[in-house]
Amino acid sequence: MIGGLFIYNHKGEVLISRVYRDDIGRNAVDAFRVNVIHARQQVRSPVTNIARTSFFHVKRSNIWLAAVTKQNVNAAMVFEFLYKMCDVMASYFGKISEENIKNNFVLIYELLDEILDFGYPQNSETGALKTFITQQGIKGQFQTKEEQSQITSQVTGQIGWRREGIKYRRNELFLDVLESVNLLMSPQGQVLSAHVSGRVVMKSYLSGMPECKFGMNDKIVIDKAGKGGVTNEAGKSTSGKQSIAIDDCTFNQCVRLSKFDSERSISFIPPDGDYELMRYRTTKDIILPFRVIPLVREVGRTKLEVKVVIKSNFKPSLLAQKIEVRIPTPLNTSGVQVICMKGKAKYKASENAIVWKIKRMAGMKESQISAEIELLPTNDKKKWARPPISMNFEVPFAPSGLKVRYLKVFESKLNYSDHDVVKWVRYIGRSGIYETRC
Amino acid sequence: MEWANQLCENRQFGSKMTDSKYFTTTKKGEIFELKAELNSDKKEKKKEAVKKVIASMTVGKDVSALFPDVVNCMQTDNLELKKLVYLYLMNYAKSQPDMAIMAVNTFVKDCEDANPLIRALAVRTMGCIRVDKITEYLCEPLRKCLKDEDPYVRKTAAVCVAKLHDINAQLVEDQGFLDTLKDLISDSNPMVVANAVAALSEIAESHPNSNLLDLNPQSINKLLTALNECTEWGQIFILDCLANYTPRDDRESQSICERVTPRLSHANSAVVLSAVKVLMKFMEMLPKDLDYYGTLLKKLAPPLVTLLSAEPELQYVALRNINLIVQKRPEILKHEMKVFFVKYNDPIYVKLEKLDIMIRLASQANIAQVLAELKEYATEVDVDFVRKAVRAIGRCAIKVEQSAERCVSTLLDLIQTKVNYVVQEAIVVIKDIFRKYPNKYESVIATLCENLDSLDEPEARAAMIWIVGEYAERIDNADELLESFLEGFHDESTQVQLQLLTAIVKLFLKKPTETQELVQQVLSLATQDSDNPDLRDRGYIYWRLLSTDPVAAKEVVLAEKPLISEETDLIEPTLLEELICHIGTLASVYHKPPSAFVEGSRGVMHKRLPARTGSGESTESPDVGTAAGGSAPEAAPSIIPSQGDLLGDLLNLDMAPPTTTGPPPPNTGMQMGGMDLLGGGLDSLMGDESEPLGGDIGGSPAMGAGFGAAPAVMPASLNAPVGGGLGDLFDLGGGVGMPMGAYIPPKTVWLPAMKAKGLEISGTFARRAGVIQMELILTNKAMSVMTDFAIQFNRNSFGLAPAGPLQVLTPLGPNQTIEVSLPLSTVGPVMKMDPLNNLQVAVKNNIDVFYFSCQYPISMLFVEDGKMERQVFLATWKDIPNDNESQFQIKDCHLNSDAASSKLQGSNIFTIAKRTVEGQDMLYMSIKLSNGIWVLAELRVQAGNPNYTISLKCRAPEVSQCVFQCYEAVLKN
Repeated sequence: MIGGLFIYNHKGEVLISRVYRDDIGRNAVDAFRVNVIHARQQVRSPVTNIARTSFFHVKRSNIWLAAVTKQNVNAAMVFEFLYKMCDVMASYFGKISEENIKNNFVLIYELLDEILDFGYPQNSETGALKTFITQQGIKGQFQTKEEQSQITSQVTGQIGWRREGIKYRRNELFLDVLESVNLLMSPQGQVLSAHVSGRVVMKSYLSGMPECKFGMNDKIVIDKAGKGGVTNEAGKSTSGKQSIAIDDCTFNQCVRLSKFDSERSISFIPPDGDYELMRYRTTKDIILPFRVIPLVREVGRTKLEVKVVIKSNFKPSLLAQKIEVRIPTPLNTSGVQVICMKGKAKYKASENAIVWKIKRMAGMKESQISAEIELLPTNDKKKWARPPISMNFEVPFAPSGLKVRYLKVFESKLNYSDHDVVKWVRYIGRSGIYETRC
Repeated sequence: MEWANQLCENRQFGSKMTDSKYFTTTKKGEIFELKAELNSDKKEKKKEAVKKVIASMTVGKDVSALFPDVVNCMQTDNLELKKLVYLYLMNYAKSQPDMAIMAVNTFVKDCEDANPLIRALAVRTMGCIRVDKITEYLCEPLRKCLKDEDPYVRKTAAVCVAKLHDINAQLVEDQGFLDTLKDLISDSNPMVVANAVAALSEIAESHPNSNLLDLNPQSINKLLTALNECTEWGQIFILDCLANYTPRDDRESQSICERVTPRLSHANSAVVLSAVKVLMKFMEMLPKDLDYYGTLLKKLAPPLVTLLSAEPELQYVALRNINLIVQKRPEILKHEMKVFFVKYNDPIYVKLEKLDIMIRLASQANIAQVLAELKEYATEVDVDFVRKAVRAIGRCAIKVEQSAERCVSTLLDLIQTKVNYVVQEAIVVIKDIFRKYPNKYESVIATLCENLDSLDEPEARAAMIWIVGEYAERIDNADELLESFLEGFHDESTQVQLQLLTAIVKLFLKKPTETQELVQQVLSLATQDSDNPDLRDRGYIYWRLLSTDPVAAKEVVLAEKPLISEETDLIEPTLLEELICHIGTLASVYHKPPSAFVEGSRGVMHKRLPARTGSGESTESPDVGTAAGGSAPEAAPSIIPSQGDLLGDLLNLDMAPPTTTGPPPPNTGMQMGGMDLLGGGLDSLMGDESEPLGGDIGGSPAMGAGFGAAPAVMPASLNAPVGGGLGDLFDLGGGVGMPMGAYIPPKTVWLPAMKAKGLEISGTFARRAGVIQMELILTNKAMSVMTDFAIQFNRNSFGLAPAGPLQVLTPLGPNQTIEVSLPLSTVGPVMKMDPLNNLQVAVKNNIDVFYFSCQYPISMLFVEDGKMERQVFLATWKDIPNDNESQFQIKDCHLNSDAASSKLQGSNIFTIAKRTVEGQDMLYMSIKLSNGIWVLAELRVQAGNPNYTISLKCRAPEVSQCVFQCYEAVLKN
């Protein structure tokens, strides 16, 4: 298991050091600093073995978190834990920075004592932790016996992510379908790989211990319903629309996985506040919101001509926003002249790219940029690698075609019903890595 | 952001100053001031002082002098202060054990506190204090806490048992905590169950043979129920524990799989990987014609692909695991090639791993796409990545024959770019392509020759020279080309020198008239002016061959070479099996068994996949070789012989050593990422890629015929300069042999001083805690100081090789003696010796190089996990032909059978069963050698008769004699 956990600043100074196992000595702290943080070469692996001691590290801005062990630990778990540790810290004191860590070091030690015991991760849900690790410190003494046992049963319980007795005057649910669409296209317009990775992010303000059920136009569910001749309300309303094939999905720990496995229904008791309900991935029938058509011509050894056309490919009534096209330029660029039909374009020498920004663009439109790039003559034998042209944008629909069919709330003990809950649903499609080779 | 921070702080601390100020005090007299503050009457001041102390502790300052003052603050109602004091205690109690006692009372009192959080805190902290006296006091509170009414206290106490076990294992057993811990597996609270499982699993690891976890269908059922209810971490503990269970039959295996598959949709990647591990393992037991088997295969692909959208560090872990899974069950991901395409912004470690998997998945169906991608990658900026991409193109050519032509033309295009390292890499892989498809692409040679001057890396130079030599008759100016290399012969690396020597000899045999002078020149350079033994040996061999029988020389040197195999970097099957059992863990990231990087006993236990039990698979005999390697015959094409087979080959065909002892990956260095620091391990097992080239002569069968069993080529890594001629190594063969003796035989003189210019070496071999050691005494009987000691072994039967340098750090003065112990590994080059346990050693110092040979007791190769399952033993015993059985008598041994058994156990000879027939005890024993050979034994002991009879059965009967000698030695000493 995890033998120790260290946090360093960018200079390699230790901010936090907590050792859990006897086999980890103080010299481990220095070994990591010398061999990884101060290493001359760029980091070649997130796992480093130094003198039979293994170090796992992640970086958040310029802070290094390193877990140390001498055993054959579950490596995936260690990284998951480090991410979780970052989440917990962020939810307690905001951004993970040297200043914040120094300001909260007592809190961090307290957290580390709680969520890692002898190197074994324990309950690390912030919802639960915040009930008893508060930094007012003294809370322990004023708790009643009931409060205490409520805390312990929540920390160890089946529903560790939610406490009892939550009350809201207005029961509200916000559901965001956030998708990032990823594309790699060849210069000839052939799709080399494309996938959507989506997340369903929720904000729930619900009283009591509500049971929720979430449904979407998942092909497997719809096909099943169609075959069985079941004509429930939901089935009818979506029968006309397309269903989508989900390659794979993963769920927040609140979702009953065995139920999903057997019935493919998503049911859960939600955490309070913000959380990510599920992640999914689709690769079939993706709507690619933009097409990029590059044309790069080398005119002699000192000049490049670049023409890029972008075409929007969705309903004309919808508007894409925050569109940005990034056209890489060679390192020996001396000057650039740009003409674009729409938006603004600028050559940014420090980033070796022409950045073309368009605020808004409706569907089924087309725009174009052309540029002349002057090059300094070099005798560098290495050819320019021609990095791909990348794009950023935001569209108000889900490129995967995912639709929310229903989100039902049941709370038998309290007197509010599904209809009383105010629900908000929103779809946002963003570009992930959206690249076209040129 | 600034205001946000401010807001945070204000919320948490009101208008107080922030904690960062504690990091800034650095003035002198600090300790003194702190002391005063700690003893202050004001609570607030005390707390501030303790915070300062903790901050100093964090940055590595020694504040242990404040121990009594800090402990005095422990008695407090303030929970925050209490936690800080505890943190301090955990750090310094060990250095101040007497003072730590002061804290005991508070701990014991806190364990009785009404607040469960305080009770748990006390027992949790107490377990972290490794002081004997405190540990004694821990037992009573711990016992109570294990049965506490509050689950939070129980789950903390469960982990505390593991802590206590780490400090004092005996105490835990004596106090009966293990039983209480076992009971907790049935606890009503899922988190208690999960922590109990974690604690028990860890304790069980250090007792490999105990039945601690005692997994049976009932307890498995409990675990599977808890699995649905506990935290994500708890699920990992439980899944990892489940993976150690072996179901009784395929039906049980299926029902467990069915209950584990829902975990594949968990958001936590570690839960997913651990579930994959359980499924991969239990799948082995399912009959392949079962519908469910196919369903399961299909279910595995999507979650594995999803792992690739995790954060980069997790992607890396996932990719290293997918690399194993693809080798074991290629069918799972064969349609998923595209997801492994490299993204421009991937971190380099992700890129390199993806590339590896792309090659593994390359097939005729997708080769066009793969090649297009690889060509794209070859123009990137990261040098390692580009090199690997170029190599990958070559590997595609070798793997998918239909694509070879396209690959070659792609490589030629890349050579045209003139980017130096691309050209060199391309030439190295083209050489491999020539070896796979001889006489097919020689039209490209002209292009290659154009780039001769730009080659500055030894590997590329050697490859180019090989090509010129191989196709000398088709290159008009081959002699000129080779001559141009000859000018700086002595500045070249060994690899290039060896290659040049061979190439010129080839050239001479092909065009004898024009090149006589050239060959003379290279032979004299190699034999007279070089101090490299490899080079000299090879030079002499050629010289004598050419001078005695040119026809034979032609047959030997120009013999047809075996084609190189398609996949050269597959992980050896038994290792792969073991790594599959470790999916998700560090072992799967390093691609090394835990024993290679974990100290102590924990890593020794080797895991194996279960054997299939379903119908239609009964043809498989349950012996070790097939149970481990063949349980999934459709898996990885086993072109690499397992070590056992390899030795078998060696023993049968008494020919020159095989060129490699393991799979030679073309790019070990890159694949291993940041792990070069791992000692021992597999790096040395995987020979370097040039080996089949360098060992060119050794590898051709004709050579073996010509030179018998003489070790013609020393391992290429042996760079020690040699003073004498070729014969030295063999002349000294008659050095003082070592008598076969006790478990650790007494030291004998191996190298007398008069033979070694005053250096006397005596020594012995021992196996200590699983590590083979050569224990040497070096005595300087000369008049001058000796320095710069180094040691090398010749190839030997079991691949013994020094695992590190000879640690003689100080110069050895006249009449001084030094004792050194040299750890040995068993992954060196293999060659059968006669006698089998003979070892030829070269020791170098500043004066000269000396050779001697000695014999090691084979018992030091008996590994700790040599205890065979009873059924396996039975089946194996039947399976080995009776011809392989040999019988021996051990005379004058006065031990009874139990004493004998326990004595043998000390040398890793394990008694599996005992039977008494008519007053005669029959002991059945198993032994496993470090190279995976099993020896089965039946020892008959007649009460009152001092003569034992022993029968040995082994697939490699040659070892029987040595094993018998060991029995004798162990029993009589």
